[in-house]
Amino acid sequence: MDLTFNERELAFREELRGWLAQNPPVPEPTDGGEDAHYAWRRDWQRRLYDAGWAAPSWPAEYGGRGATLTESAIYFEEIGRARVPMAANVLGLLLGGPTLMVWGTDEQKERYLAPILSAEEIWCQGFSEPDAGSDLAALKTRAVRDPAHPGEWLVTGQKVWTSGAQYSKWCMLVARTDSDVPKHKGLTYFLMDMEQEGVQVRPLRQITGEAEFNELFIEQARIPEENVVGGVGNGWKVALTTLMNERAGLGFALQVRLRQLLDDTIASARENGLLEDPLYADALAELHIRCEAIRLLAWKGLTDVERYGQPGPEGSLVKWLWSDTNQRLTQLAADIVGPQALTAGTAWSYELLRARGNTIEGGTTEVLKNIVAERVLGLPRMKVTA
Amino acid sequence: MDFGLSEDQREIQRTARELLSDRARWERVREHAENRRSDEALWKELCALGWPGIAVAEEYGGQGLGAVAQSVLCEELGRVVAPVPFLPTVLSATLIEHAGEQQQRERWLPGLASGEMLGAVGVARDGVAELVIGGAETGAAQGGVIVLLEGDSARVLSAAEADIEPVDAIDPTRSAARVSTDPGAGEALTGDVAGAVDRALIAVASELVGVSERALEMTLEYVKERRQFGVPVGSYQAVSHRCAQMLLDTEKARSLSAFAAWTADADPLKLAEAAAMAKAAASDAGREVTAGAIQAHGGIGFTWEADVHWLYKRAQIDAAWLGGAKHHRARVAAMLSAVSAAIPT
Repeated sequence: MDLTFNERELAFREELRGWLAQNPPVPEPTDGGEDAHYAWRRDWQRRLYDAGWAAPSWPAEYGGRGATLTESAIYFEEIGRARVPMAANVLGLLLGGPTLMVWGTDEQKERYLAPILSAEEIWCQGFSEPDAGSDLAALKTRAVRDPAHPGEWLVTGQKVWTSGAQYSKWCMLVARTDSDVPKHKGLTYFLMDMEQEGVQVRPLRQITGEAEFNELFIEQARIPEENVVGGVGNGWKVALTTLMNERAGLGFALQVRLRQLLDDTIASARENGLLEDPLYADALAELHIRCEAIRLLAWKGLTDVERYGQPGPEGSLVKWLWSDTNQRLTQLAADIVGPQALTAGTAWSYELLRARGNTIEGGTTEVLKNIVAERVLGLPRMKVTA
Repeated sequence: MDFGLSEDQREIQRTARELLSDRARWERVREHAENRRSDEALWKELCALGWPGIAVAEEYGGQGLGAVAQSVLCEELGRVVAPVPFLPTVLSATLIEHAGEQQQRERWLPGLASGEMLGAVGVARDGVAELVIGGAETGAAQGGVIVLLEGDSARVLSAAEADIEPVDAIDPTRSAARVSTDPGAGEALTGDVAGAVDRALIAVASELVGVSERALEMTLEYVKERRQFGVPVGSYQAVSHRCAQMLLDTEKARSLSAFAAWTADADPLKLAEAAAMAKAAASDAGREVTAGAIQAHGGIGFTWEADVHWLYKRAQIDAAWLGGAKHHRARVAAMLSAVSAAIPT
């Protein structure tokens, strides 16, 4: 056991921290709404890209730095610590690019990877549907070969919770290409051009008032054969690669964000004299302990990947513990910060409302518990009556 | 950055697991618990392997393998609720080694490290410590040693200098006693008492991790086998989700205990915070997970024969030992004014 960093890792952290200190993002736009905010994030990613910091974990041949898992974790810790904006093309960088590196053809890698990195082409994720959330493989969006145009697919269906769809050029789309086989086997993974008539984007207003997500209405949209990723009928496996990447790196940034919110809450409690109140002190100490456990479990997960080539149970546990802790924290902060946290438009009120999504997005807590019960603890699967 | 055990530490873990799965089966634990006696044969065997002195420096007759290796043994002994005076002896050695003076270390440590001498640690008020775990056995043994903590100070005395009155604790796998002394009896430990207590906390937390881990394993075995309404009860989410919660509680406690043990060996500036966090998390986990184990076993879990209650009782004692979760969270809260440890600076 050695919880220290080696010379190379320390140098990596030092270099990144130095760059972030010297190259702060321009101030967050105060008006112009979500479009202006997104443009600000896109500009930030271009600056990361120019300096070679957009995706250090990508191999050097694709424009990354070939960073190790530990360095990649350090990257997200430092990004979180510097409180810089999230790169605009986060789904392309974390999910789309790595999925193509595993399943893509040489032509696909050549065509798509560079514009992901530079934020020239934004990516979104078309997985969930109104009737296929936790039960993703039940999705109904259909793709059929166009008899009139050989080598082209026609897609019809509906997708939901599509973050950033209004800014996206490409959609990682999972669609049913065969209804006569078991549900996991009839799926295909496509790259769908968003800039076509058959794709309509409608914003979904969420409880915070903003619209991070969208609904996609897809009507006879066209996808050329060369945009199939990983082969026809292999979509479930390709999608799993995307989903596994979803929980890997980002955890470190979320953990640091939680830490910052907790530090702000503690500072507020100190000002209000509530840190002296034993009930508040107990609750804050418990949050601090959870925050530390999340950090340690995330590092432990990396050790398992490095040693055994696959993550241990930590991935699901970290996401579960993080989401629950963030909700508790924002509730407690509302008590400590006072009226400001309940005033619309404040940062604290946003955190309070946004946290409700944490136990739903990226795998609901209920599904995570099922995953832990079945795959980690080996408990029998609940019988589902169709 | 490597969160795993070293090859040597894993070897210690494998050896301990193998030995104890043979020597500390439930029927033997039950037999000794019912007779309220330690398993002397097992204790002799552990002493021959040098376990009580695993973390004691070599110059005092120990193996000097550090807190992480000691935690591994505490976990393994916790898993089987071993009826031996290991933990009380180790805790007294830890306090003497890290808060005592040279002459005190020379006097007590060789005996404690070899296991020839038994030790116990009590928290006293006005010279009287209630429910000192290991106390009765230490009192009855030749050359037993008692460490008494009172306020911020600690003193060490030979058991012969104290009035030791055996008490039956709810966990009968280890003896207990009420220890009373004259206010001036024994010698003060004048070193870093708080730091030494933090090291002791890590040993108790590690035992709780082992207790929790075993309680979850027994529960999983049971709920996979036990069928009601035609299916294994473990297929119901009300049961399986509680099992998942038991794993989360255990892993949370395990990561914090491992971190604390590592700080004891390698980063003493973080020891106080890490030890308080580990004891708080492990105390909660030990209680919650063993309670969950009894509940998931249903009516059987409430019976003497089902054996999960030994884990529950051990967890109750350990959770309270040297301060419960609330006490240690209060310590953490007091440290929160300092800079957060989360991000290396």
